[in-house]
Amino acid sequence: METAKIIKVAGPVVVAKGLKNAKMYDVVKVSSQKLIGEIIELNRDSATIQVYEETSGIGPGESVFSTDMPLSVELAPGLISSIYDGIQRPLDILKSTKGDFITRGAEAFAIDRKKKWDFEPISKKGDKVISGDIIGTVQESSIVKHKIMVPYGIQGEIKEIYKDKFTVTDTIALIKDREGSIHEIKMLQKWPVREPRPYKKKLPPLEPLITGQRTIDMFFPITKGGKACIPGPFGSGKTVVQHQISKWCNAEIILFIGCGERGNEMTDVLLEFPELIDPYSGKPLMERTILIANTSNMPVAAREASVYTGITIAEYYRDMGYNVALIADSTSRWAEAMREISGRLEEMPGEEGFPAYLGTRISSFYERSGRVRCHGSDDREGTLSIVGAVSPPGGDLSEPVTQNTLRTVQVFWSLQDKLAYKRHFPAIDWLTSYSLYLSGLTEYYNKKIGEEYMELRNKSLALLQEEAELEEIVRLVGVDALSTHEKLILETARSIREDFLLQDAFDITDSYSSTKKQFLILKLIMAFHENAEKVIENGVTIEKLNALPVKAKIIRAKYIEEKNLKAFSEIESEIISQVSSTTD
Amino acid sequence: MIKEYLTISDVAGPLIVVEKTIDVKYQELVEIELSSGEIRRGQVLEITEDKAVVQVFEGTTGIDVSNTKVRFLGKVIELPISLDILGRIFDGSGRPIDDGPQIIAEKKLDINGNPINPYARDYPNNFIQTGISSIDVLNTLVRGQKLPIFSGSGLPHAKLASQIARQAKVLGKEEKFAVVFAAMGITFEEANFFISDFRRTGAIEKSVMFVNLANNPAVERIITPRMALTCAEYLAFEKGMHVLVILTDMTNYCEALREVSAARKEVPGRRGYPGYLYTDLANLYERAGRIKGKKGSITLIPILTMPEDDKTHPIPDLTGYITEGQIILSRELHHKGIYPPINVLPSLSRLKDKGIGLNKTREDHANVMNQLFASYARGKEAKELAVILGEAALTEIDKKYVKLSDNFEEVFVKQGEDENRTIEESLNIGWKLLTIIPKEELKRIKDELIEKYLPTDITMEDKDINVVKG
Repeated sequence: METAKIIKVAGPVVVAKGLKNAKMYDVVKVSSQKLIGEIIELNRDSATIQVYEETSGIGPGESVFSTDMPLSVELAPGLISSIYDGIQRPLDILKSTKGDFITRGAEAFAIDRKKKWDFEPISKKGDKVISGDIIGTVQESSIVKHKIMVPYGIQGEIKEIYKDKFTVTDTIALIKDREGSIHEIKMLQKWPVREPRPYKKKLPPLEPLITGQRTIDMFFPITKGGKACIPGPFGSGKTVVQHQISKWCNAEIILFIGCGERGNEMTDVLLEFPELIDPYSGKPLMERTILIANTSNMPVAAREASVYTGITIAEYYRDMGYNVALIADSTSRWAEAMREISGRLEEMPGEEGFPAYLGTRISSFYERSGRVRCHGSDDREGTLSIVGAVSPPGGDLSEPVTQNTLRTVQVFWSLQDKLAYKRHFPAIDWLTSYSLYLSGLTEYYNKKIGEEYMELRNKSLALLQEEAELEEIVRLVGVDALSTHEKLILETARSIREDFLLQDAFDITDSYSSTKKQFLILKLIMAFHENAEKVIENGVTIEKLNALPVKAKIIRAKYIEEKNLKAFSEIESEIISQVSSTTD
Repeated sequence: MIKEYLTISDVAGPLIVVEKTIDVKYQELVEIELSSGEIRRGQVLEITEDKAVVQVFEGTTGIDVSNTKVRFLGKVIELPISLDILGRIFDGSGRPIDDGPQIIAEKKLDINGNPINPYARDYPNNFIQTGISSIDVLNTLVRGQKLPIFSGSGLPHAKLASQIARQAKVLGKEEKFAVVFAAMGITFEEANFFISDFRRTGAIEKSVMFVNLANNPAVERIITPRMALTCAEYLAFEKGMHVLVILTDMTNYCEALREVSAARKEVPGRRGYPGYLYTDLANLYERAGRIKGKKGSITLIPILTMPEDDKTHPIPDLTGYITEGQIILSRELHHKGIYPPINVLPSLSRLKDKGIGLNKTREDHANVMNQLFASYARGKEAKELAVILGEAALTEIDKKYVKLSDNFEEVFVKQGEDENRTIEESLNIGWKLLTIIPKEELKRIKDELIEKYLPTDITMEDKDINVVKG
């Protein structure tokens, strides 16, 4: 092991001299306190190191030890339900060993070395296997079956495979490769975080990632394997939207990265997820969730690493053939961590002090998403969807992080604080948001939800667009200047906003809406509109229509329980009869 | 042995550069002895093999390169602390200024603290009754929350903060309570207001004050809030007290930070503030909270004056991203003579949902809150319309909303400086206001709650809801 001497300390950046064999992004241990750091710049024999822990009390002359390893994550059964910091240290273990505050130089294995797992082999002795082949499974949580894959770069014939209870470091199989050397296969694998895990082929996305949120699923859907961003000023409900997606989306594995955000928000997730029930499996949500928590007061360099740690774990589960959703809150904090480190390196800044490579880093992060054909001979498919929050300073979307993100993502959920002030949640602006996946998903929606889905969606969005134009007129000349037909448009648009788009994340029934129910609610609103259009030609006034008792039922439609969806057809027939009765 | 250096090479702004240093550590505490014998303190900001950059808290006036002595003390800045600290007043770097004795330390704590392990946190969900309707009902404060007040120069944020400090209590039980107050660069008048107000109400006994005035050294402001929070952590997590921390004015703190950053010739971020402003602020704000298994808590109310009332200025902007909501004061309401001039629409408490409802406040709280918000917003909107088109252009129903929003400001938001309303009183005022609009408009309230709480005996002539004739 090489050692070097520190020659400079400036915040989280340390420069050391005497590391001749060091490689970029190698992990080093700084000073006798063994603070974890990573080499981010090399210059002859001096290396610049970003340190993942507080550096106060460190000074020139102290030692730096190289580990000759890039920053890597541990991959094995035991990841599910864990909570890690940005460099995969388990926070629950740190609490029990170090106390309530995170002190320096704390070390703990990411994966429990003592716990024994029931390994169930699938392959047998004599099988020929290639990298990525699943040789056995472990029941990791009540929902997740962890698939043990042949590590990347190994192929050959299985000489031995055992069925027993094993720890992650026990040998579970022996594989003999073509050259005749024997590889001991263990459940524990390591993978460098900055290197995307390989796959055979990337495929175009096919299915929507259902989130149970009406605005998203009906209007601006994201696909399994898709990438979306939610930019919004503070107070616009970004976090609640992200929590809702991670709670209700139909991915099998959820990775939630709290990157530079509030400590209490992570606590909220930690306390709430074990209580909440996954609507697909009926088990606690925590049984499919992995949390990475690097709150804003934890060291900034570890914040930079946290998104890589998260996505590498996500890719690992994708490689097993799962649908994985990764939620990163917030990528702006990650970008700011890059800026801070870049500033300490005295690099030439790009826009607003961000480093010139900001755009490259952001796009290569989002490009790790996708629907892929995984390695292995069974041609299984896995997907990794990314939802990234962006926190633009002052809500100004022209800032570099938002702009660079918009260049790569396909879905844009635009949060508006003016909607949030009106307590319209989720505050996703229907006029500026978009989803480029829509055309690819039309077939799926029409087949799975209802023939008229696309038509219904486009019609209602058009009404909302018209509303915006009419509001301009109202602002200038008053509501009386409008024709009855235009007034009806305003009324229906209001109904779409309040009775369909507005969704209460804290109401038990309303928090999650199946696509079927979403479709039915919208259908009710539009049915009222269409029927009303007919009668207003006969001189029926808006006031008279608004006074119909069925209006109240439309308002309450979102509180109809999932098991009770029959009720919708009754309301629909009431709409027809009541509206037509107005002409009597 | 502590070495003494006579090797200052540069003095620039609040910084000095000391050469030929040996064995100096990052963030080490430094003592600087001027040729006059005056002792100042500083901290190492950057250290290379033989050179240390030191920021001097009391400023560099009078420091020369030939005679000034520098000593590196081999430790980071620490706060000597014991329970005797209650009732005392200190300057911005922790020296007593109330003519009392030095604190006999039970222990000395590193003022930078350590981050709370997110896993060890307990979620804040105990309702704090501040006695102020617009906070209690609409932007509920809970224990362990960090809720800043965004103010502007000339607005009564000091009054509001001290009213909160005075009235704040958790319903039901008496518990050990303390206030830690840190002033950064505020005027003598403002500081004096707090001190005399705390004395008047007897709150001083339960308070610790760290005061850095506008004419005190600017760089000292960087350590003042850290002293205060370290003190709060000690009281909360070691002595089991519920601590309310008031930091005023964060704008001055950030400016001090900018001054140091500029002197170091760092690449600036927005408006010249350093790129690490977010991280720096987070390191302060995130020290608030609750810890599982500990009795105490830290509730944090930072006050900041927004330059030109601009919410998108980096200081309020970054603060808003870290804190759990914000209370925004409005100049318009202040001019109308409404105290506290809280603009409820853009104000927000992110933690309110877990702190309200049955057994915490009252079952109708969430519904009433949403209804009031929505109705007030609609009334304000209609009023804007009326400005352009004249009142005649409003529909009957919109006129009612306008009336509701006017009365809302006059009856609900406005209250006396010593008026301490219970949560029931506040909610009942809300219900009374809601009688102005027709019952069918109460879309956000459950029917059974309307049945139970909506007053039926109020006529339109009732003077309480008719302050503003509509």
